[in-house]
Amino acid sequence: MIRGRARKFGDHIDTDAIIPATYANVTDPAELGRHCMEHIDPGFARRVSTGDIIVGGSNFGCGSSREIAPWAIKGAGISGVVAKSFARIFYRNAINIALPLLECPEAAEGTEEGDSLEIDLLKGEIRNLSRGKSFQAAPYPDFIRELVAAGGLVEYGRRLLDPAGGKSRTREKSWTPSG
Amino acid sequence: MTLAEKILAAHAGKKSVQPGEFVDVQVDLVMTTDATGLLSVQQFHKMGAKKVFDPGKVVLVMDHFVPSRDVESAETVKALREFARDQGVLFFDVGRAGIVHVLLPEKGLVLPGDVAVGGDSHTCTYGALGAFATGMGSTDIAFAMVFGWTWMRVPESLRLVYHGLPGPWVGGKDLILYTITQIGVEGANYQALEFTGQAIQALAMDDRFTMANMAIEAGAKAGLFSVDEKTRAYLQDRARRPYSVHSADPDAQYARTVEFDISSLEPQVAFPHSPGNSRGVSRAEGLLFDQAVIGSCTNGWLGDLRAAAQILKGRQIHPRVRCIVVPGSQEIYLQAMKEGLLEIFVKAGAAVSTPTCGPCPGAHMGAVGAGERCISTTNRNFIGRMGSPKAEIYLANPAVVAASAVAGQIVHPGEVAGK
Repeated sequence: MIRGRARKFGDHIDTDAIIPATYANVTDPAELGRHCMEHIDPGFARRVSTGDIIVGGSNFGCGSSREIAPWAIKGAGISGVVAKSFARIFYRNAINIALPLLECPEAAEGTEEGDSLEIDLLKGEIRNLSRGKSFQAAPYPDFIRELVAAGGLVEYGRRLLDPAGGKSRTREKSWTPSG
Repeated sequence: MTLAEKILAAHAGKKSVQPGEFVDVQVDLVMTTDATGLLSVQQFHKMGAKKVFDPGKVVLVMDHFVPSRDVESAETVKALREFARDQGVLFFDVGRAGIVHVLLPEKGLVLPGDVAVGGDSHTCTYGALGAFATGMGSTDIAFAMVFGWTWMRVPESLRLVYHGLPGPWVGGKDLILYTITQIGVEGANYQALEFTGQAIQALAMDDRFTMANMAIEAGAKAGLFSVDEKTRAYLQDRARRPYSVHSADPDAQYARTVEFDISSLEPQVAFPHSPGNSRGVSRAEGLLFDQAVIGSCTNGWLGDLRAAAQILKGRQIHPRVRCIVVPGSQEIYLQAMKEGLLEIFVKAGAAVSTPTCGPCPGAHMGAVGAGERCISTTNRNFIGRMGSPKAEIYLANPAVVAASAVAGQIVHPGEVAGK
């Protein structure tokens, strides 16, 4: 369960907007977070309270493959992103580092800046407490649910490499390419 | 099956695959650069990995912030150099490299039928060779380096058919800017583009690389071309291993087919702040600007430099503007030198840079300031992409940029070079 205020953005928020390429050599999420959205919304990082939720339009995270984009969002204290749709590389990157994403056009439409949101990640239910409305996000495919349950791709990789941690390896067979 | 489905099925060890299906695919090449590679190395270690799956299939190319622009980028490259040495993987350093997407095809490291994954969104460039190539983030790349495979959701395919032949001064850049504007910047999100038709067959390899390169700007996971005699000629002295040529079945299922007649298409100019915001150059004529950039993984190919030199030969860059030319690789730099192109650029008053991504992501070698306007052959004109968020970026082909640099305002190349 995550709770926070909505921080609203429009369509096609690209990764250069989320974090400019000039910070590519920075790996500290907190430092990245201080520059999150600085080109399109100066002062954004200062105004975020820990737990806040970004609510974006369509094609959120388009552009570069830089994984520092979801890291910057996490580093700024954001607990999740709700959007009408996500760009593909950003979607993978966020899932891999366990930043929750929810695809839900109705929630994006029905939420304004500063609304109080509560999200049940297991059910994919987004509740707008300020407006007394509830929305259902598209569920994660089973495969991605497993990745999220493992805590992200690094943890998944660790389990594959370490047979001693075998009891969590639920997809051993299907994770081995057959070709 | 479509071209993309054929390649993915072959790498998933399956007879066939369906769009939407999740498959584990073996990869033929895992690539990263100095922009995103350090995070991959950190994730590699966090996974507890000791060795990459196959040192001959992992390649690190230093291209974004090189020659190192500051202490941080120098230390990033140093850490990657050490990782490459420890692991015995392929490493391309300053002076022996170029922009990764120009370099890897040139070195024969990506071949038709391959699945290639790279820590850069423009990895889709290799689709010009009939490979399934896609960009991923650092953690995905770390995983692929360790295991030699990755998970993929089989994309739906979008078939693009281009009828007619391109007119004078119209090339791959114009076709792709036009396409992105027509289908939208998320018109192909999660999908694979398949470029087909008479115009595509007529295009030189350099133009095909330009088009595949910008598939991502329509949201696509990959953008693929069929292999033909031009592809084979390009690979003639480059490929050092056998490759598989796949083609789409006649009854392949596409999510959508979009057809264009490009015989009367004008050179295109993408206006701020989206590559999906392009118009014919006649609607941009007269716009003043401060900087012109010719280069990048999109248009830093030899054919692009030749087109620019054809315009700039014996002419001068307008005194009000500055022009920066960035060859895509050392091989192209050398060839441009032999052909006298570099001399043409320098005599015209342009700055010629060593190969680097440099100005395209506003990293160095030509960032733009507040209130400035730049016309560029690069791939993105997002707010702040090339420097200040208060700058404006216009995207065009190399001939348009070169002609505009001479005129000091955006013009059709024919205005400067004659018909």
